[in-house]
Formats: sequence, structure tokens, C-alpha cells
Amino acid sequence: MVLARYLGRKVAWTLVVFFVALVLNFLLPRLIPGNPVDVIVGQMAAGGGAGGEQLQQVHEHFMKEFGLDKPLWQQFFVYVGHVLSGDFGTSFGQYPASVNKLIGQALPWSVAIQLPAILVGWIVGNLLGALAAFKGGWFDRVGFVGSLFFSSIPPFALAIILLFLVGVKMGILPVGGAYSFGLSPEWSLTFFGDAITYFWLPFWSIVLVFIGGQAVGMRSMAIYELGSDYVNYNRGLGVKDSKTVRYIFRNAMLPQFTGLALSIAAIISGGLITELVFSYPGLGTLLFSAIGQNDYPVIQAITLLITLAVLIANFTVDILTGFIDPRIRAAQSGER
Amino acid sequence: MSLKGLTPRFWVAAAIVVFTVLLGVIGPFIVHTDPNATVGGLYDRPKCCGILILGTDNEGQSVIANLVYGTRTSLIVGLLAGLFATVIGLLVGLVAGYRGGWLDDVLTAITNIGLAIPGIVVIILVSVSLPKRNIYTLAFVIGLVAWFWVARAVRAQASSVRTREHIDVARLSGAGFWSILMRDVLPYLLSYVVMAGVLQVSGAILFESTLSLLGLGPANATSLGTMLYWAIAWGSVRTGAWWAFFPPTLMLTLIVFGLLLLQSSLNEVFNPRLRRGRAARKKITEEAEEEELEEPIVGEPEPVGAAGMLETPVSSGREHR
Repeated sequence: MVLARYLGRKVAWTLVVFFVALVLNFLLPRLIPGNPVDVIVGQMAAGGGAGGEQLQQVHEHFMKEFGLDKPLWQQFFVYVGHVLSGDFGTSFGQYPASVNKLIGQALPWSVAIQLPAILVGWIVGNLLGALAAFKGGWFDRVGFVGSLFFSSIPPFALAIILLFLVGVKMGILPVGGAYSFGLSPEWSLTFFGDAITYFWLPFWSIVLVFIGGQAVGMRSMAIYELGSDYVNYNRGLGVKDSKTVRYIFRNAMLPQFTGLALSIAAIISGGLITELVFSYPGLGTLLFSAIGQNDYPVIQAITLLITLAVLIANFTVDILTGFIDPRIRAAQSGER
Repeated sequence: MSLKGLTPRFWVAAAIVVFTVLLGVIGPFIVHTDPNATVGGLYDRPKCCGILILGTDNEGQSVIANLVYGTRTSLIVGLLAGLFATVIGLLVGLVAGYRGGWLDDVLTAITNIGLAIPGIVVIILVSVSLPKRNIYTLAFVIGLVAWFWVARAVRAQASSVRTREHIDVARLSGAGFWSILMRDVLPYLLSYVVMAGVLQVSGAILFESTLSLLGLGPANATSLGTMLYWAIAWGSVRTGAWWAFFPPTLMLTLIVFGLLLLQSSLNEVFNPRLRRGRAARKKITEEAEEEELEEPIVGEPEPVGAAGMLETPVSSGREHR
């Protein structure tokens, strides 16, 4: 079972990376001089609002939750235990609220906007890039410069400009949030119809940037394939162009596919900032407010989720590549 | 490489980059205003000529003064972080690729893990934990997570150069490890390293602004990202105060676009295969008769230097986004 071994190796690799990410997630915030709980409680006290007794209670709660009275390696096991059982602890910033609840409210919005954006952007971008490479001429020139421009605009810059032009100046679409005031999230047509108007702006700001990046990559891959030996050879044999183009497309496609895995981290982090610009109630906005409040448990949970999302995406792409690309299966079994 | 070989695209890119650098370097001397001085009210409209030419921001500070100082900060962070990342990546990649063996295995494993974990995650965690954030710690942290790309690509090429004959000659004539690396291996990779460096700089500038937007910007300096942070936090987009958010947005776009354009035009200069591809494409679409298919002298055989970057699927120029 060649494929099974390939899958097994990918699973093992993903687990190793996840473990390293866990260690980083655990260790980095603990490198602050002093312990984070003292720092936070100190800030809460300085900010006023909470009384002495309540602060004492908060302090004890967190000391216990993080196991800060124990040695570091035991703390790590406490942390891993919590994470593996899906418990991200209690928020500093919005004290009694659990991090799980905060994340649970934000995550669906982020997924709803990023997943379709990535799929649409990837498909449209590749078609556009391939078309530009084959057609050449003015289509290529306009398409290439346009894609290059969109791909090199910082994602949030496009978001800001779109928000200003379409949302504020033209007033076509709402300027922020995810649904109108007075409605609450539910599975109904009215809510959906309302939420979709808030959806378009952040969605398109992510998609346009991504289309640009993919198109530029696909174009150069396709052009590169066009100049390769087998194309010349085919031409020498008198094979029809339409047939050669199919090979070219398939070969140019594969790197684009692996490219998707590599670019996913950038898209996700760009998407988070886009949410922020539109105050879309997803993880990006939550991260923003958590950073403002030094809310470590929430920040840690979000960074871990981002890592997890990227790892899962990479894993999926690896698996699909294993099915699509015969060379990978062959290389694994050494029958090249 | 003569100046004639440079495409118009290169000149456009160079002009944009030079413009932004001049703005950052000379701008502060011309504008001559402390970016932290209050010179007006909340979001004063732009008035002609003088420090209020772009109005004021949410704290009544001059936007133009903030813009030039912010450009300077962003460029400094970008250059430092980009340089740092390129140098580390180059060293790690060279040593891993040329030395091989267990050292290669270890360095490659580190590189691959570093590539798999999203950089933004590590940067956020470190920045949150830092007791003090200034532009130098920021540049350091960004450089620390950005070198993996360079290392992987350089390693791939260094290990292919390693098997060449001139390396054996150098070794036989008694050249030392570092001498071979620097004088016999490095020159083959130089064109790629320059391009990777340009990409790293633009990436670092983007990283800096992303962090600043999240509220993790440098505490003691204005950058383009922190300008945007305040502009968004104080709702300048919604109230229509375009002068507060548009200039930094435009500036960032110009810098990043200029650098990427520069990189892609350098790519065409360094990489004759990309140009040959164009000629071949014309043929397949128009079915023109055989025309000169002049191979560049070093051309075909092994993909090293810029051309090699397109050979390995993983780093097919997609590496940045």
C-alpha cells in the first residue's frame, strides 16, 4: 500500500508540527519576566473597576487554571491536557466568560467568509492565469499587470479602499458588522438575506487579492511549461496544440496546488485583518480586542486555531496531491 | 548585464521604489514637523500648503508629518528584517545544502517545521510577550520567522551545485570549507538571493503593518501600520476622513507593489528561460515557423540560479504569499 504509507508519513509529520506549535504556544507567553497572571491582575488593579477581594479571587482562579505554582514541565502537561480536551480556559478580558464561548461565537463567521473566498479565489485565479498565458497579447498584458497589482496590494489596503468607496461613498453596502442591529443569528431567510449584504465587501476584498496571486503564479508556470522540452518534442512529432495544452495545463496545475497549501497561512492572516477593517465579528476582530486587553488565553486559543487550520489545510492538499500526482506515489515506493 | 537589457517594467518599479525611499529619507527634513505635535483639531480637513496639506489625524497631529516619518519607520523595519532573514536563510541553506549529512537533516527539519507553522502566529505570540516593543525588536522578530523560505530554496540549489566539477577542483586545490561556500557556491545563487531579499523586504513591511493593525506595532515610533491602526480605531473610514487613512494605505501599496514589480522584472533579467518561454508561447499560439531558439550559453542543463526557482514546484514563485 504505497498510498497508505504516504498518508501515514503525512499524518506523522502533521502531528510533529502540531506538537512544536503547542510547545511554542505554551512557552512563548511564559517567557515574560514575572508570571502573566501577576502582570494581568496588576493591570486590572491599575485600571480600576475590580475590588481587592474580587482581584484576589481572579488571581487564585488563574493560578490554579494554569498550574503556575507547579514546575514548568507539569504546567505543560496541564496545558496540553486542557487543549486536548478542548478547553481553552477562562478569558482575562471578559473575566467569567469562557474562551470556548467567545471562540464559538466568532469562528463560524470567519469560516463562512474565508472558506468560500479561498475556493472561489483559487479556481478563478488559476483559470485567469492559464488564459493569460495561452492567449498572450493585450489580454496577457492587462491581465498580468492587473493580477500583479491586486496580488501585491496589502489585503487590508484593498479592504479599506473598498469599504470607503462602496460602503461609505456610494452607500450600496453596509459598512460594518455582520448583520443589522435588532436581528439575531438564526437559520431564517430574513436573517440570511440581511447577513449576505454584510458579507459581500469583506468577501470580495479577500477574493480579489487571492485571485491576483494565483493568476500570477499560474501564468508563469504555464509560460514556463510552454517553453519546456516535451512541448518542443510534441510539436516536432506534429501533435495538435489542443492536445499539448492539456499536458501543459496538468503540469502547471500541480505546483499551483501545492502553492495553495503554502499560501493558506498568508490568506488566513490577511483575512483576519480584513475582518478587523469591516468589524466583522470573526476571529480577527476577537484577536484584535484580545490583544488590546492582553487577554492571553484568548490570544493563545486563536493562534492555536490558526495553526490548526493551516495544518489541516496543508494536510488536505498533501493528501489530494498524493491522489492526483502519480509521481508522488511512484517516488514513495521507489519505482521511478 | 547592460542597462539595455532592462525592461520598462524595471524602470517603473525602480522609480516607485526610489520615490518611496526618498520620501522616507528626505521627507522628514522637508516637512520639519514633529509627528507627535498637536497642530490642529480632530480630523481637520486638508488645507493648501504647509504642514496641514493632508489635514490632521485623530489626535490633531499633522498627517503629512506622520506619513513621512511612518514611511521611514516602515522602510527601516522592512530593510532590517529583510536583510536579517535573507542572511540567516542564506547561511543555513548554504551550510545545509553543501555540507549534507546529519547537519543537513537537522537544519532541513527545522526549516520544514518553521515553514509549516504560520509565521504570523509566532510573531503574535512573541510580540504579545515582549515587555517592550520598538522597531528593532519588531524587525528582529519578523526576521526570525521569515528566513525559512530562503533557507529551503538556497539549500536545494546549494546541494545541486555541490556535485559540480569545479567544486572538486577547488577542494583538490586545498580550498577551505567557507572559502568554497563563499567563492564557488554562492555566486551561482546570488541572483536568486538578491530577488529573495527584495521579496523579504516587502514581506517584512507587510508583516509590520499587519502587526501594527492588530495593535502590536512599535510603541515608540509612528509607522504606516500604526497610522492605519488609529485611523481605523477612530472610525476615519466611516466618517469619510479620507486624508487620515488614504495616504498610509497608498504609501504601503506603492512600496509593496514597487518591490514586487522590481523582483519580477529582475526575474526576467536574470532568468532567460522566462523570456524564451514567451517566444515559445507565441509559436504555439500562432504556429509561426521555427525561429531562433538561441540557448543562452549556460542555459539548458541544470537549473541553478534564478531559473532553478521555477524548476522546483514548491518554490515556484508562489513562496511569498
